Amino acid sequence: MAEALARQLEDTLDPTSEVMSLQMGPSHPATHGTVKFNLKLDGEKILDMDVEIGYLHRGFEKMCEQRTWNHVVPYTDRLNYISPLINNAGFALAAERLLDIQAPERCQYIRMIMSEISRMADHFTCLGMAAAEAGAISVAFYGLEARETLFDIITAVTGARLTVSYARVGGVTQDLPEGFAERVRGAFKDIRAVMSDCDNLLSKNRIFIERMSGVGVLSKEDAISYGVTGPLLRASGVAYDVRKSDPYLFYDRVDFDVPTGTEGDNYDRFSVRFEEIRQSMRIIDQALDQIPEGPVRVDDPRISLPQKKDVYGNIEGLMNHFKLVIEGVKIPPGEVYQAVEGGNGELGFYLVSDGSGRPYRVRVRPPCFFGMAALGQMLKGYMISDIITTFGMVNMIGGECDR
Amino acid sequence: MIDIAISAILTVFILANIMNLGGLLLWVERKGSAILQDRIGANRAALLGKLPINIGIINTLVADPIKLFTKEDFVPPNADKFLHWMAPILAMVPALIAFIAIPFGDILVIGEREINLQAANLNVGILYILGMVSLGVYGVVLAGWASNSRWALLGGIRASAQMISYEIALGLALIGVVMTFGTLDLQEIARAQGHMIGGVLPGWGIFYQPVAFFIFLTAGIAESKRIPFDLPEAEAELISGYFTEYSGAKQATFMLVDFLESIIVAGLITTLFFGGWQVPFLMRDGLHLPGDIFYPLPSLLVTLVQHGAFVTKLAFFCWLQIMIRWTLPRFRYDQLINLGWKILLPIALANVLVTGLMILIFQA
Repeated sequence: MAEALARQLEDTLDPTSEVMSLQMGPSHPATHGTVKFNLKLDGEKILDMDVEIGYLHRGFEKMCEQRTWNHVVPYTDRLNYISPLINNAGFALAAERLLDIQAPERCQYIRMIMSEISRMADHFTCLGMAAAEAGAISVAFYGLEARETLFDIITAVTGARLTVSYARVGGVTQDLPEGFAERVRGAFKDIRAVMSDCDNLLSKNRIFIERMSGVGVLSKEDAISYGVTGPLLRASGVAYDVRKSDPYLFYDRVDFDVPTGTEGDNYDRFSVRFEEIRQSMRIIDQALDQIPEGPVRVDDPRISLPQKKDVYGNIEGLMNHFKLVIEGVKIPPGEVYQAVEGGNGELGFYLVSDGSGRPYRVRVRPPCFFGMAALGQMLKGYMISDIITTFGMVNMIGGECDR
Repeated sequence: MIDIAISAILTVFILANIMNLGGLLLWVERKGSAILQDRIGANRAALLGKLPINIGIINTLVADPIKLFTKEDFVPPNADKFLHWMAPILAMVPALIAFIAIPFGDILVIGEREINLQAANLNVGILYILGMVSLGVYGVVLAGWASNSRWALLGGIRASAQMISYEIALGLALIGVVMTFGTLDLQEIARAQGHMIGGVLPGWGIFYQPVAFFIFLTAGIAESKRIPFDLPEAEAELISGYFTEYSGAKQATFMLVDFLESIIVAGLITTLFFGGWQVPFLMRDGLHLPGDIFYPLPSLLVTLVQHGAFVTKLAFFCWLQIMIRWTLPRFRYDQLINLGWKILLPIALANVLVTGLMILIFQA
């Protein structure tokens, strides 16, 4: 198909020119996350682009079938490794829906706050890397610095920067540390400063605007038919956000806007992500005001591990602990699809349980997979340099796309 | 005989200085960018492990070159071996010898002898430098071609297109300067900037040719292939562009050439627009302050101060280029060519026209 198209395009070319085929990747400075583009080029113009993914396939879904429900949580960390807390929350929510339980209110707020912090980190990484690949490396470091303040908070809460494994079926591992709200609000001050720097260096920079605007355009119809979600879809002008359309956690109790673009080009994607960082801060601010005191795990011995003093102190506690660790949480037979809004779009978990302690089937809808599918379409007719910015805005995360 | 010896000494002096400055610029770039980006930057390889403050200068100036020059010199199997070997030399030599026409001081009087502080006093200095800088592109294009790699080829093609687009604007910007000063001799141009406009403003080229300065700065950065015009190497797009297939000493050569070219650009900007070695109020015989105050100074001291002024200005423009390099994103290929042909070229032409008109009006 691609061959035929290239041949057809070749006929329309200047007779003295020749189509050059070029393999970009899998190990190329811009293909972070390991991906390969097979390009057909006329000079620098892209005639055809074939995207090859799968270099980071680890068999995530199959691996999950061998583990108890709670053992799957660390695997979900490795999906979108920039915002693992969203994956954690998504998986836990899906499992809880199968169990037909609700995690305690405080736990849900914690998940929401941590998801938004992760989303901010995700967006900062994406924007910073896009700037770096466009040549403005300093801005990338400012973005990473902002991300680092967020990672410090995440470390304080979960004990790890990336491999957080914070969620459990029916709760989270531990409560928020002392002085969490002040710390987050303090970090927001730094982040706002970084954002105004980025604004001055990128959003108002003529070179950057010209690099981004009008490039990688994806129309509303194409975006919908490719199944693209998240900032990509919103940049094309569709205000679809799982947090609004199908509120999970307590997103219906907070007030936030869904930014959309008009052109569907890279600059809109950039602006949408930029604005989403602001909206995330709004959400966190409100959630910090609303969060109640209380337990962070459901009080049910069939789901939550017993207190350590019971495990070491009495036989019931020990038995309970042993059964939960070895056999896992028994989730009744059934299937469920739970979507959350990940950094790149709708992150869906489809879980099937057969009533044993392990998932019968786990299927993940990775948001950037659909963006990658549309990438070839977005880039046809543009230039090699545009691959870099567009790919940066699609923000493929290898761990999530290839699973 | 002594004249030849003096020329040789001046040439060696310049060569040694700009080579060292090239190395230093690499360090400034590393440390400067680190400061700009809130990083620590180069801080390894302390001298005998004893320096209390390690700022990485040993690392950049000694350890890195040793590492690069002792690395395997890899030549791709299907590369054109001769051209692959030739390309770095072709890039390096013009960059090294272009600087000899730039004056770095006025006349130094030692005994009876008057030494013109310029390695080669060419009466077509500007043309010579432009010619040499243009020759540098052969090295880049041949490196791209000889490597037998598509990335390198794309880099080479970009380099040639970029050079053509920018050298015309560069040359036209200089024509305005040449018209103002009426000479192509860089030493004469530097001397012509010694007077004061209205007694306070130094008579530097930038005050006569501000537009030419901005065109020249833009085109000059494009000439030295640095961000925002680093398309021939564009590491995010073309891996390393024309020197993708180079390693070790040859790659170090290409990196050094970039710095040498920015030194040349800085040198030209200094000489043409910022008075070269001129220091306001300082003449060959001493300090002439406004109000007819005159302090006589020895020739050697004046020369040293003027040379110091030249080096300071040169260093400032090198630094400016590095700061620009770490601030801006890069252009796209077509945008860059549009900028060259559709924006810079007309402005440069208009500048020549206006300069001509001004000369006509003021001479009449």
